[in-house]
This record gives sequence, C-alpha cells and structure tokens, in this order.
Amino acid sequence: MALTTPASLGGGIAAEQVRRQLTGNRSDVSGKAFQAILIAALATSIVILGVLVYDVAQTGSGTLTGRLGDFLQGSLRSQAEASGILQGLRGTFFIGVFTVVVAFPVGIASAIYLEEYARSTRLTRFIDVSIRNLAGVPSVVYGILGLAIFVKALGSFTGPDAQGRSVISAGLTLAILVLPIVIITSAEALRAVPAELREAAYGVGATTWEVTKHHVIPYAAPGILTGTVLALARALGEAAPLILVGAVTGFLSGGTGMSLDSLDERFTAMPIVITTWAGRPGADWEQATAAAIVVLLAVVLLANAIAILLRNRYEKKRG
Amino acid sequence: MTSLASNPTSYSLEDFHGSRSRMRKERIVRAVLFTAASTSIVISVAIVASLIGEAWTFVSQVELAALWTDGWFPRRGMYDVKTLVSGSLIVTVIAMAVAGPLGLGAAVYLSEYAPATVRKVVKPALEILAGIPSVVLGFFALTFLSPVIVQRLNDEATQFNIAAAGIGVGILTIPLVASISEDAMRSVPMALREASYGLGARKITTTIRVVIPAAVSGLVAAFIVAVSRAIGETMVVFIAAGATGGSLFSTDIFRPGQTMTAAMASQAAGTDQVRGAGLTFQSLFFVGMLLFLVTLVLNVLASRFVRRVRQAY
Repeated sequence: MALTTPASLGGGIAAEQVRRQLTGNRSDVSGKAFQAILIAALATSIVILGVLVYDVAQTGSGTLTGRLGDFLQGSLRSQAEASGILQGLRGTFFIGVFTVVVAFPVGIASAIYLEEYARSTRLTRFIDVSIRNLAGVPSVVYGILGLAIFVKALGSFTGPDAQGRSVISAGLTLAILVLPIVIITSAEALRAVPAELREAAYGVGATTWEVTKHHVIPYAAPGILTGTVLALARALGEAAPLILVGAVTGFLSGGTGMSLDSLDERFTAMPIVITTWAGRPGADWEQATAAAIVVLLAVVLLANAIAILLRNRYEKKRG
Repeated sequence: MTSLASNPTSYSLEDFHGSRSRMRKERIVRAVLFTAASTSIVISVAIVASLIGEAWTFVSQVELAALWTDGWFPRRGMYDVKTLVSGSLIVTVIAMAVAGPLGLGAAVYLSEYAPATVRKVVKPALEILAGIPSVVLGFFALTFLSPVIVQRLNDEATQFNIAAAGIGVGILTIPLVASISEDAMRSVPMALREASYGLGARKITTTIRVVIPAAVSGLVAAFIVAVSRAIGETMVVFIAAGATGGSLFSTDIFRPGQTMTAAMASQAAGTDQVRGAGLTFQSLFFVGMLLFLVTLVLNVLASRFVRRVRQAY
C-alpha cells in the first residue's frame, strides 16, 4: 500500500502525488463504502452497549438517588417501593467466596499440572479435551448437575433444612461452572512464560516444583489474575444454574445472615432478584429492577475493567 | 550407575537427585496437582451421569404420542419436543442475523483497517460488552428492544416476544463472534497481504479475496461457537420471551415462545409445587440431555475448524 518516496521530495505531499498518478486520480468508491460498512458494524455494537448502560441507569436513577440506603439494606417485599436487595447481595457475595475458594485453587493447580508437569499422554490429552468441552457446556446444564448432585444426592450435607437448596449448592455449582475458564486462561498465562526462564532454573538443579513456584508462577501471575477475575465476574452474573439449584424466586424470609452457620439456608442472589423483578408488571418494578441491575453491573463491569486493564498493562510492559 | 573412576568415592544416579525430602515434596506436589487436573474428568462424567439417569427414565416411560402434540406443557403431560427445538432454532437464527454481520464487520475492521489508537479503545469496550450478565440483556430486551424496535416493526407484537429475545441473544454473542473472527484474520500471515498489494490489489480486494478466504475456517468456527452459545443461552429468553408456564407450538416471532433452555429454567422455577407430578421433573433432564448433546456436537465441530487454521499457519 505505502509507496516509499525519497525524503528529499518532502513527505506527505509527494506520497499523495505518487498515489494520484498510480490510481489515475480515480477514487476508490467501493473501498470507501466497504470501510464505511465495517465502521458502521463496529459503531453499532458499541452504541448498543452505550444505549444499554444509559437506558438502565436512566430507569434506575430514581430509586438509586431517592432511597439508596434503604434499597441496599432492604429485603424482598411485595411492594416495589419498599423492596431492597440485601438478600441478593448476600447470596452473590457468598457465591463469589465459593468461586474464589474452590474454583481458583483447583483451576490454577490444574493449569500448572497440564502446562508444567504433564507429558503428552493419552490421559492428559483426554483431560485437555474434557476441559475444552466443559467450557462450551451451557450454563443451564451445570444447573442440572448442581440439582442432581449438590441438591439431591448431597442434600443432607449442603442444606438439611432447605432440602439442599442452599447457597452452598449454588456456590459449588458456579465454582464448577467457571472452573474451565480459570484453567484455560491460567494455562494461557503459563504458556506465555519464556522457556529460557525454566531452562535456567533447571540448569542450576531446581526441581519442577521449585522452578514453577519461584519463577514460572510469579511471571505468569498477572495473566492468571486476569483470568480469575474474569471468571469471578462470570460467576457473579450467572442466573440460570441458580434457578435450577433452587434459588428463591418469590419471597424469602431471612437470608441475610452473614455467619457460616447460615450457609445451609435458602438463598437468593442478585441475578435472581433481577430476573424475578423483571417479570413483574408496572413502572415501579421496572425502576427497581433497573436499580438492581446498576448495582450488579457496577460490580461485574468493574471486575472486568480491572482485569482488562491489568492484562493490557502487562502485555505492553513485556512487549 | 555412573561411577567416576578418577574419584575415590563412586557416585550413583541417586546422589544427583538431591535430598530425599526434596524429592518427596516434589512427588507430593505432583500428586496434588494431578488430582486437581483430573477433577475436569470427574465433572464431565458427573454431568453425563446426572443427565442420563432421569433422562432415561423419561424416555422409557413417556408415551410417544406425548412427545408430538400441540405444545410444551410439562405439567399437563404434553412434552412436544418440536415446540422447544423450533423455538431454539428461531431464536438462534435471529441472534445470528444480528451477531453475524455486526460481529464479523467489527472483526474485519479491527483486524484490517483500524488504526492502533482505535483498536486500543474499542477492543476493551467490546470485552466489556462480553462481560454483561445475560439477565441484564434480558431486561434490556424486554424493556427496550421489545417496545422500541420490535413493536414498532409489527403493531401486533406482544410485549413478551421471541423476536426481542432473539435480538438480545444476538447482542450477547457479538463480542464472541468479533473476537474469534479477529483472531482468525490476524493469524493470516502478512506475506499474503503483501503479495496481494504487490500485484496492485486494493485494500478491499485484498481483504475480501485474500484475507477472508485464508481465515475462513476460523470464521466458520466463530459462527459455530456463537450458534452453540445462542442455543445454550437461557436468561434472555426466560425474561423476554414470556411463556413461562408452557407454550403452544408456534413459529410466530412476534408472540411469546419457548426454547429448550428457557423451558428448563421455567420448569425448575416451579419445581417446588409440582415435584413428582408425572414425568415433569424427568422431562427437565431429558431436555438438558438434548441441549448437552447439541452443544457438544457444535463445540467439537468448532474446535476441528480452529485446529485447521492453526495447522495452516
């Protein structure tokens, strides 16, 4: 595309003259039109994002500015003006805790094994394929898994009084749901570690674990962190599996306890609150729903933005 | 084994292994990591096992006539599979009509045209779009897409309708299509583009006749992954398409409808009351099995196509 011209002819003007002579002064109409279509496609996608955020913020602003304290500390009620999202926040908080405590260690350990230890045997290839397939399983199917195993089979353990439909079941189900994401993103971060780093450490007699612990993990840490934060955001926004494991979609008494004893009681979560309220008629409920969405979006998008910035920053640093 | 003759003491391979405690630690760590890695297999098996049991009960006990009736009303013993499958298909087609052109257009622009500064701003924005929870898009589809777009296109459209849900699912899959397609096009070697320019081709010609054909397996993979995601998407349809109790067979996109996923969610939302009524509970697992198989096939297909790109370049 670029024609190089001698610098003595003077930069831009000369290049333009050469271009004109080569194209015979014709302008590239179809090329310009094509580019315009592409820009339109991209702009539409971005505008949709803008409209979505604006629309939700606009609808929810009344509730958020009018009674923010009540809204954050209130419980589910039959009247939109009196309803709050405390129970939803509590459920979502514990789901986040389960994801961090269960999915992160298992996922990162799994990625370390596959990248640093495993030789290409039939077993490791099978593990690899199963992870990739798990990543594509629809979330509602994970709900079935949670229903069959954590609610039905292990119900006496996960929630004896709630027939298994507790935040423990929900947290474990979502931890399993995001596990493949944690593994895949962590494995990618580990793969990006230069081989020289490992070879140098092996050269002075370190064992595989010493190499991994002292050199590979610190180098891959930002990438791993990015992946885990994205996975966490995904877990916080997921609703379908929660419906299947029996999140409360109507009214919930209690469900605000923050102690570990309260983990086996019935629960609800932010996405479920939003789903339930979205189905109720009337402008009041619409406003309450939008306000709840703003709170959820604030948490999820903030996590996403941090992860993306973190990754871009480290990508730049290392070229 | 390796004895060094010149040295009075002889060494064996053992001596080079380091201290015994170090070796033991290494073995333990390895075992722990392996256990973690094998949980994926356990989970895969658990998913299949939890689906198969109840799904088999359903298949072996249901009357075949109940699988082909007027609609999907599990609580009344009407399990019309074609209602759900056609619902899923319609939603997917609408979603792809939205996400295909928009995602592909955005990807071509980002990969071939966009200046570095634009890329730097726009890519994170698309990634943020990818992070929006599906319940949010469900609400957006119901309160914005339905009244502002769909009901303006067709006066008779109900508030809950399949069209709005389909567009919502499409918006959700735009970033997916865009990012996989962009990766595919960026992995096309520069040399191909340069050869094309060297022959005097314009940018549009190079893009359409060189880059896109070279990246076609990746683009197909992007499309298949997006289809799989659209079929598996639950909450947008659950919120925006209505028909939570059940649905008559219908292909009208301006009326409420049901997909496989939404049917599962709405059934589970009510399992409190109807548990044990006939095969209602089992039908949930049957639909889940169907969904699992469809998405599995699509994902395997997509990874075949992705591998083809990797092999070529």
